Amino acid sequence: MLAYDTLLAARDAVRSKKISSVELTRQALDRIDKIEPRILAFNSLFADRALEQAKDVDAGKRTGPLAGVPIALKDNLCTSHGTTTCSSRMLENFRAPYDATIVKKLEAAGAVIVGKTNLDEFAMGSSTENSAFKTTRNPWDTARVPGGSSGGSAAALAAGMCCASIGSDTGGSIRQPASLCGVVGLKPTYGRVSRYGLVAFASSLDQIGPFGWNVPDCALLMNVISGRDPKDATSVDQAVPDYLKQLDEPLKGLRIGIAREYQLAAGMDPQVKSAVDAATKKYQELGAQLVDVSLPHTEYGIAAYYVIAPCEASSNLARYDGVHFGHRTKDPVKDIIELFSKSRAEGFGEEVQRRIMIGTYALSSGYYDAYYLRALKIRALIKRDFDQAFEKCDVILCPTSPTPAFKAGEKTGDPLQMYLCDVFTVTCNIAGIAGISLPCGFTTGPKPLPIGLQLLGPTFGEEKLLRIARMYELTTDWHKRRPSLETN
Amino acid sequence: MAEQKITLDQVRHVAKLSRLALDESRLEKFSVQLGSILEYVAKISEVNVTGIEPMAQALPMHNVFREDIVEPSLPLEKVLQNAPDADGPFFKVPKIIGGEEDSAG
Amino acid sequence: MKGAYFVENRVCKSHKVLVGMEVHVQLSTQSKMFTGAANGFGGEPNTQVDEQVLGLPGVLPVMNKRAVEYAIMVGLALDCKIARHTKWDRKSYYYPDLPKNYQISQYDLPLCYEGAFELVRKDGSTLKIRIRRAHLEEDAGKLMHEAPGGYAIDFSIVDLNRAGTPLLEIVTEPDLSSPQDVALFGQELQKIVQFLGVSHGLMQMGHMRFEPNINVHITDQNGQVHKTAITEIKNLNSFSVLERATAYEVQRQIRQWEETGSLGRKSTYGWDEAKGSTFLQREKEEANDYRYFPDPDLPPVEVDDAWIAELKGQIGELPAARRKRYVDALGLSATDAAILASDRETGDFYEAAIAAGGDARRVSNLILSHGRRIANEKSVTLKEIGIAPARFAEVAGLIDQNKISVSSAGTIFDKLREKDGAAEQLAAELGLTQVSDTSAIDAAIDAMIAANPKPLQDYRGGKQSAMGALVGMVMKNGKGLNPKMVQEALKRKLGGE
Repeated sequence: MLAYDTLLAARDAVRSKKISSVELTRQALDRIDKIEPRILAFNSLFADRALEQAKDVDAGKRTGPLAGVPIALKDNLCTSHGTTTCSSRMLENFRAPYDATIVKKLEAAGAVIVGKTNLDEFAMGSSTENSAFKTTRNPWDTARVPGGSSGGSAAALAAGMCCASIGSDTGGSIRQPASLCGVVGLKPTYGRVSRYGLVAFASSLDQIGPFGWNVPDCALLMNVISGRDPKDATSVDQAVPDYLKQLDEPLKGLRIGIAREYQLAAGMDPQVKSAVDAATKKYQELGAQLVDVSLPHTEYGIAAYYVIAPCEASSNLARYDGVHFGHRTKDPVKDIIELFSKSRAEGFGEEVQRRIMIGTYALSSGYYDAYYLRALKIRALIKRDFDQAFEKCDVILCPTSPTPAFKAGEKTGDPLQMYLCDVFTVTCNIAGIAGISLPCGFTTGPKPLPIGLQLLGPTFGEEKLLRIARMYELTTDWHKRRPSLETN
Repeated sequence: MAEQKITLDQVRHVAKLSRLALDESRLEKFSVQLGSILEYVAKISEVNVTGIEPMAQALPMHNVFREDIVEPSLPLEKVLQNAPDADGPFFKVPKIIGGEEDSAG
Repeated sequence: MKGAYFVENRVCKSHKVLVGMEVHVQLSTQSKMFTGAANGFGGEPNTQVDEQVLGLPGVLPVMNKRAVEYAIMVGLALDCKIARHTKWDRKSYYYPDLPKNYQISQYDLPLCYEGAFELVRKDGSTLKIRIRRAHLEEDAGKLMHEAPGGYAIDFSIVDLNRAGTPLLEIVTEPDLSSPQDVALFGQELQKIVQFLGVSHGLMQMGHMRFEPNINVHITDQNGQVHKTAITEIKNLNSFSVLERATAYEVQRQIRQWEETGSLGRKSTYGWDEAKGSTFLQREKEEANDYRYFPDPDLPPVEVDDAWIAELKGQIGELPAARRKRYVDALGLSATDAAILASDRETGDFYEAAIAAGGDARRVSNLILSHGRRIANEKSVTLKEIGIAPARFAEVAGLIDQNKISVSSAGTIFDKLREKDGAAEQLAAELGLTQVSDTSAIDAAIDAMIAANPKPLQDYRGGKQSAMGALVGMVMKNGKGLNPKMVQEALKRKLGGE
């Protein structure tokens, strides 16, 4: 067990020498030894290197706001150490010759990287079941999925194998696993965090963000990872505030937006609904005013998303052809086209292939206007919906996921049904706004499952969003619960 | 776009465009799945988008440049580090016979 | 050609050639289009490659501002409209020399469009070439089918050094009307990019690659017009090949029609230099599905008036405008004006000389004869001959003031290339200064007349050719006299007596 399992507490403990970084890192590695076989959160471990990094912190050679704290990275972030696999056969042995900007920033801040976590292949999925290597298990109930695509990062944290972790979110891939694993996950505004070194899925939707046990931990990580990067032309040149500074100050005159379209969402689990309703009441008790808002194009969000994301993915994943890097077929080939086609058919899993096919089709001659161009117009309408709503409210409140964690294998047969679970999360990426998921309750039963509350805030509204999330968090204990993996 | 069923031949063509060597059973499975997904996403045709500008990017930015300054290249061994096959300093691929589409142009 | 191919009564009585050009120009920025790796043109294989050029997972493009500016400068030089808003698109196709399997290019919003260029032929006639568009993109790497040194290999190899080089694709309307025009256009375009300093423009290095799109309107013996299908010849990189390949292709299309009646199909040809003929590469019936869409990694480009004005300032006066001014305002011959205006350096050198006070035509003559001669002898550019433009003005002044003869200018410049100094002083040191004192001249003439009555008689007897001899004799005794003045004085004296 980690003596300090949250980021700020661990950081402060190392800083005040209550514990050495080496000791803390050992505890994390021991925990991984013990628990990982049941959780399957990691694709690779950087054990020796992590201990080296920890030693350097203890020796005073590495300092910074994250000095000495073990964290985990989603395995679609390029590291010059070890492999970057994206949980794909295609990149099983891929060794990046460079570090993602976020990796550089984390290491410069003194973080100890313990390893890289499992995901749905190329971040396409909501359960990690699309990983070519393994399905990560939900620490609250190992028969269930941790959500996805950043399921490994969420589960590694929830299982106490690190103090915080990093994921990426293209249509909910941070918030949904955070919800299903009972931790806090933030998808920042598009352009807030550099994407350089994040293996692209859908470039206009992808954004890197933090997982923490609580809101302050996420705020601290945001302090470190945010900001313009000359290597990412879509990262925004806007000052990064100290997200921790006013975090505990409640927001006066808070207006919580309730979107009527979200009330109508089909397939909502009643326990999720009542937990979210209870959280809404809690905000009212804290003095918030509820405001009815309308997001009329919500029902087209998933449709637009499943055009835009596959189109971009089909292009982003074209580079995996077995020539310069990645898997190459061992079969004899008669020409280069066959080399490409066999390598790609062998290297990519079914869901990735499916999305490449959808995207290729939608961009192909004769279909572009009806699919991609039209989806981009709907995107503009969805953004306009949010802009209008945020004139009336500070944040919009809704569930993160319509259901708690589902059983592994339960939804794998029907890709469309899996896509429909993204109803509350995709529009945030489409509009490029910020969104956070935080624990707001648990289901009843022998193995209670966490339920996530989602707050959506306007572009570059992270500071306020985090404060509003913190207001709720301070009145509840949901974020202090831990899964009882010892007794499993 | 109302009756958006994708035919097996279309799926085969898309697989070719996608450079995916899929067997018949995979093609058949995909034609059913893609059919239902495309039918679902066809919802977007219901929306009146008259006069709406397409939004290709999440934020309205422009002119994000780099100055024309040289930065170091990767050492050759890093360039070839992940190459499935190499010949000396080159990437190596099976013989390519003329007649295919040409490179940039 | 007529009789031999006379089949089924198809005779090409006359024909009209229509050629549109696609030209790829590699821009000579320091770094690549979308990343900081050196834009080094050559080098050891795969050494000008960073993770972005290699298209590794996770990399992102960031545009090189200078490359965009170079492209706008070419657009301005070709009298194009410059797009106020433009963007980047991905063009998808799979090929081993294209690491991402898409090329970042510009599809529907080219940076430059609707331009025009006036081609001046050798005979002085002109042809207006409309420019359809000029857009910026990244070059691909090189796929090779033999090992360096030409050794046969049973596989293919890829070098990515060229990948990511900023590439400007210029597309003209089909306004070129002969193989000679096509080659001339190529040469003029080379001069422009070299003048602008945006490309080395070296053909043998592949800095410029030409793809003529050719078709022919054939008028038969009945006056009926038959239009052949457009064929494109790929990747021509010498002016000679450009002309020969176009000429060959024109004749091939005519011959094909005469022999078979076929107008052909839209297709792509290559050029076989050994055989001196074009060969079919592929028919274009199966159009490529490039699946263009806006690149989500690259924000759009906005060009405002201030930026365009700044770039216009950097360009300065273009060769065509300069040439026209030299003829109209400075009175130079068209030929001389064309040479002086052909490249920025020569023009600037010339302008510096006239700015220093030299007569425009005199300076032009001196630069074109002595300046260029010395540059050739030293194998350097005009700027590098070691003689300042002002010296040309000084020498021109000495000639105009009759202080030296035209013929002694060469001697002075040869001295100047070794050692700089005031031209007048040098002329004196070299004994080239002419005496223009009329009394000294008169005295010398009188002395000559007294000593040589014979030639004088000849001259008076009507032998005008004796004048040269008379001048020579005066000069012999009076070294340094201005021969022109001697001649004039002689004429006066003899005519007046």
